[in-house]
Amino acid sequence: MPDFEWQFTLVLLTNGIMIGLMYALIALGFVLIYKATDAINFAQGEFVMFAGFIAAAAADMAGAPFWVCALLAIAGMVALGFGLERVVLRPLIGRPVIAVVMATIGLAAVLRGFAVLVFGAGTRAIVMPVTDEPLELGPVMLPPVQLVGAAVSLVFLAGFTYFFLKSRTGIAMRAVADSQQVAMAMGINVRRYFALAWAMAGVVSALGGVVWGAMLGVDNQLALVGLKVFPVVILGGLDSIAGAVVGGLIVGIVENFAAGYFDPIVGGGTKDFAPYVLMILVLMIRPEGMFGRRRIERV
Amino acid sequence: MFHRESGVFKTSYAADMALYPLPIAKWAVAAFAGLFIVIAPLTLDEYYVSILNLILIACVGALGLNILVGYTGQISIGHGAFMSVGAYTAANLVTQLHAPFWITIPAGGVMAALIGAVVGIPSLRIKGIYLAIATLAAQLIIEWTINHVPAISGGVQASIQVPRPTVFGTPLKTQTQLYLFLMAFVVIAIVGTSNLIRSRIGRAFIAIRDQDIAAEIIGINIFRYKLWAFAISSFYAGVTGVLYTYYLGIANYEQFQLTVSIDYLAMIIIGGLGSILGSILGAIFVTLLPIAARWFLESFGGLFVSQADLANIIPNLRLILFGGLIIFFLVVEPEGLNRLWRNIRNYFRVWPFSY
Repeated sequence: MPDFEWQFTLVLLTNGIMIGLMYALIALGFVLIYKATDAINFAQGEFVMFAGFIAAAAADMAGAPFWVCALLAIAGMVALGFGLERVVLRPLIGRPVIAVVMATIGLAAVLRGFAVLVFGAGTRAIVMPVTDEPLELGPVMLPPVQLVGAAVSLVFLAGFTYFFLKSRTGIAMRAVADSQQVAMAMGINVRRYFALAWAMAGVVSALGGVVWGAMLGVDNQLALVGLKVFPVVILGGLDSIAGAVVGGLIVGIVENFAAGYFDPIVGGGTKDFAPYVLMILVLMIRPEGMFGRRRIERV
Repeated sequence: MFHRESGVFKTSYAADMALYPLPIAKWAVAAFAGLFIVIAPLTLDEYYVSILNLILIACVGALGLNILVGYTGQISIGHGAFMSVGAYTAANLVTQLHAPFWITIPAGGVMAALIGAVVGIPSLRIKGIYLAIATLAAQLIIEWTINHVPAISGGVQASIQVPRPTVFGTPLKTQTQLYLFLMAFVVIAIVGTSNLIRSRIGRAFIAIRDQDIAAEIIGINIFRYKLWAFAISSFYAGVTGVLYTYYLGIANYEQFQLTVSIDYLAMIIIGGLGSILGSILGAIFVTLLPIAARWFLESFGGLFVSQADLANIIPNLRLILFGGLIIFFLVVEPEGLNRLWRNIRNYFRVWPFSY
């Protein structure tokens, strides 16, 4: 019996880590926007869904190979990111938080309605060019789709960390986030970096859409992944990429353990519930998250 | 008196704070009250009265949410859940104790106010987006709890049948009777909100909205007033939930999901944050939007696409219209329909001598 328990725990743990890394990828899109523009994107899940629809539709209609679909999704989401920043977000610069929150909630509604109108309500599939055979490591079975997803997200998380630490553009973006006025005075084109941040979030969302779409199938339910982003970013801190990874891992592991151990007791659904309880606790104790920067307010 | 004025001639604070700034306002309110309390229920068809009923219910909820968001400046994405708290409280009281409406409605409101105040506790430490996310969590947690605890939800599909209330010995059967019943609560809600806002509490709310640190420095206990704002606002939400349950005849958590919270936020943004008339206009607008869109498409959409496609198009078009309008108002007219109305009124106020 103890031996079986140990194996069960190991399975839950590895699944949690895989899913957690994939959550981190979606949370990254959220963090990028918050880091650079101070805006919070409640439409992140819809971005992911929309990207998934583009990729799946490209595969269905033209029969394009997988990497072409992924590139199309990236191109589409970059265009969408640029466009939305110009039309919706730019006029809201300097307005109260609730304005930006509500604008992205409105955006989420538009994207959800639009995606179903254009692409139809049926579930589409994205087929990755990998085998369906799970990789067996002792008791643990790892589906290759999840492995690819976790790998993609690790690569991009490392890439963006490097980008923000070292590259000229990344440093400029951090400066913009720190103080828009000072950045402007130093000759940084603030608007350009805002647009760039939304475009970069588009790239990340496109990858998230392809990876999650391959795992779950693409329909309007895919947008619900976006609801998981909030516990992840609150746990890690809204403006920290490392926080997104740690938060993603914690949420992934916690929800798998909750599903494994509590679902039989209360009859299901703890998976969606446990991360939020954890998040409330974090908000009460350390609102800026584990790696977030504490903000000092002045009157 | 029924006269025009040629300018603004207020010389005392009392005149400036008066509920009716002009005599004509009193007449206008009386005319609208007459129209909607006497003439509308007597002349309109049952179907149209049922739509008016939906608007009345939405008015109460929108007024409550505006107290929290528009006047106190705290965000809540959890009002749908507070409504469900009121709804299930009332449903359980009715089915288990056969409680009359004058117990269930305050009880639903008080229960929602308690839960709302608990959700409001983090608002001392966190604000803005963090608070938005915390209330979002509250929405999901309350939804889950109601759905998974049979003692609250009645077990089967989490829905409880609730008979219509009995007022002065008459059970409310028709939509028109229900309309008058709901109208009483809307009037109470409007009068209550407008007096609350002009009171000491209301001005403390507004001070907190404008700058909460400054409000604390001038001696406002912001924790207490933030909790009051959450409690009062949730009380309205709870009452809305009870009224909606009576309207539908069933308490079901699916009627109070996240989309409902967003609908109500849309109402106060489209109508105008921090405005009573705005809450009402927003409630009318957001309630009528899907009905108008459906009517329009069913009448004319059949010319272009088949009926089967139409069933798919309508809900999605509604989403697009809805989100698009929220964005439109935020970008173009952040003060909402209320501002548009004020612009029109101010233009005609001293017309034709507008200078």
